[in-house]
Amino acid sequence: MKISIGARVEEAGSSIKYKTGGWRSYRPVVNKDKCTKCWLCYKYCPDAAIEKGKDCAVIDYDYCKGCGVCAKECKFEAIEMVPEVK
Amino acid sequence: MAWRIIEGNQALAIGAKLCRPKVIASYPITPSTHVPETISEFVADGELKADFINVESEQSAISACIGAQATGVRTFTATASQGLALMHEMLYIASGMRLPIVIGCANRALSAPINIWCDHSDTMAERDAGWLQFYAENNQEALDLVLQAYKIAENKEVLLPGMVAIDAYTLTHTFERVDVPSQAEVDRFLPPYKPLYAFLDPEKPITQGSFGTPEHYMEFKYSQQKAMEASKEIIDQVFKEFDGKFKRRYHKIEKYKADDAEILLLTMGSMSGTAKDAVDRLREKGIKVGLAKFTVFRPFPAKELIEIAKRPKVLAVVDRNISLGHKGALFSDATSALASMERRPLTVNFIIGLGGRDISPQNFYEIVEKSEKILKKGKVEKELEWIGVKKEMIP
Ligand code: SF4
Ligand code: SF4
Repeated sequence: MKISIGARVEEAGSSIKYKTGGWRSYRPVVNKDKCTKCWLCYKYCPDAAIEKGKDCAVIDYDYCKGCGVCAKECKFEAIEMVPEVK
Repeated sequence: MAWRIIEGNQALAIGAKLCRPKVIASYPITPSTHVPETISEFVADGELKADFINVESEQSAISACIGAQATGVRTFTATASQGLALMHEMLYIASGMRLPIVIGCANRALSAPINIWCDHSDTMAERDAGWLQFYAENNQEALDLVLQAYKIAENKEVLLPGMVAIDAYTLTHTFERVDVPSQAEVDRFLPPYKPLYAFLDPEKPITQGSFGTPEHYMEFKYSQQKAMEASKEIIDQVFKEFDGKFKRRYHKIEKYKADDAEILLLTMGSMSGTAKDAVDRLREKGIKVGLAKFTVFRPFPAKELIEIAKRPKVLAVVDRNISLGHKGALFSDATSALASMERRPLTVNFIIGLGGRDISPQNFYEIVEKSEKILKKGKVEKELEWIGVKKEMIP
């Protein structure tokens, strides 16, 4: 990837391509066995980074910022915040 | 070309007009008011086909120029002192968006205490903003530097904005004989503005000056620095081409009796004329003094300075500004540039002419006298000297 001159973006609506998940320092990890599919986390996630999966909540790590709201709100301790280690 | 008797502000205005800007947005401020005043007359009289936007502040003036330039046209504005300070945040935006806007600055002291007279603190405070900076010694240079500033700024290797600074009153309000080139001559030198990246086309929507996260921001700054570095070469090329067409040769650093000088004065702006007179008189007395005038301050001409500094034993850096808590801006940059020399001259900083305090040949005699003492002793005892300060007035 190359930067442009003067931070020019050639294409309209290109923000979808811009992954913001790199800001995260903790990653939410869903425990499939504990998840009851109540979708509380889905409603609370401020980044709309949780999808309703077939078996459990599924985190979209391209956009999840690691705020931990989902883990806090889950009544079934189905989400654990794990440090991001690169 | 035609000889005209004009003041420095008119020189900036006529210089700008000859470059055919499409948008001029300006807010009047002493001592640069005559610039927008003159340009507004050109526009009203139909001599310049452009939109003149009256705005409510300098921040709006530069913002309007940024907006207009981003659509793809050449723009101009003028300001001074507090006005330039009010533009501060937008100056970084113009350079970050790589918009080759040119502005004329009347160098005026910053408040407080409020003062409308000359010093260089206003433009020096913007030296990190990513703008090319040119300083004129006289009204001819004021006009010529506007033409050259556009040509340099718009070069595809550069694409950076530029400011042409002229000293308050000494230049802004003083009438001098100026050789004004014809429109046809300027058109042959400066082609119509063709933006490569910054333009709007409704058929092809784009974003300019977008978000730069930690993953990209440093790369943008790196590329601005690269453009500054590249501009050094372009400046030389443009100065040379200008000389070919108009028979006036500019240099990033202009030398005056410098080649065999033991004491070399480093100066900027209109004080250089006074200093050259002082050099002449001191030379008659057999004192080996010379002068190097900085026409370009950003990018800093470090390579040229190192070359010039090889022979003199003392560099007397004369700053019409002070970075409070340290020294003058020219001194800081000059000494850091000289640090890589194996045998560097002794350096001393003189602060002079703040807030319009008159600069006389006597001031330069004093500076040279102090420099001679340093030369004799072979060392600098006091690195920072204030010239003409009435110490008895200080509580
Ligand atoms: S950590 Fe925050 S951003 Fe990530 S999925 Fe949970 S609520 Fe959404
Ligand atoms: S809140 Fe907890 S239990 Fe409910 S869907 Fe989300 S992870 Fe599953």
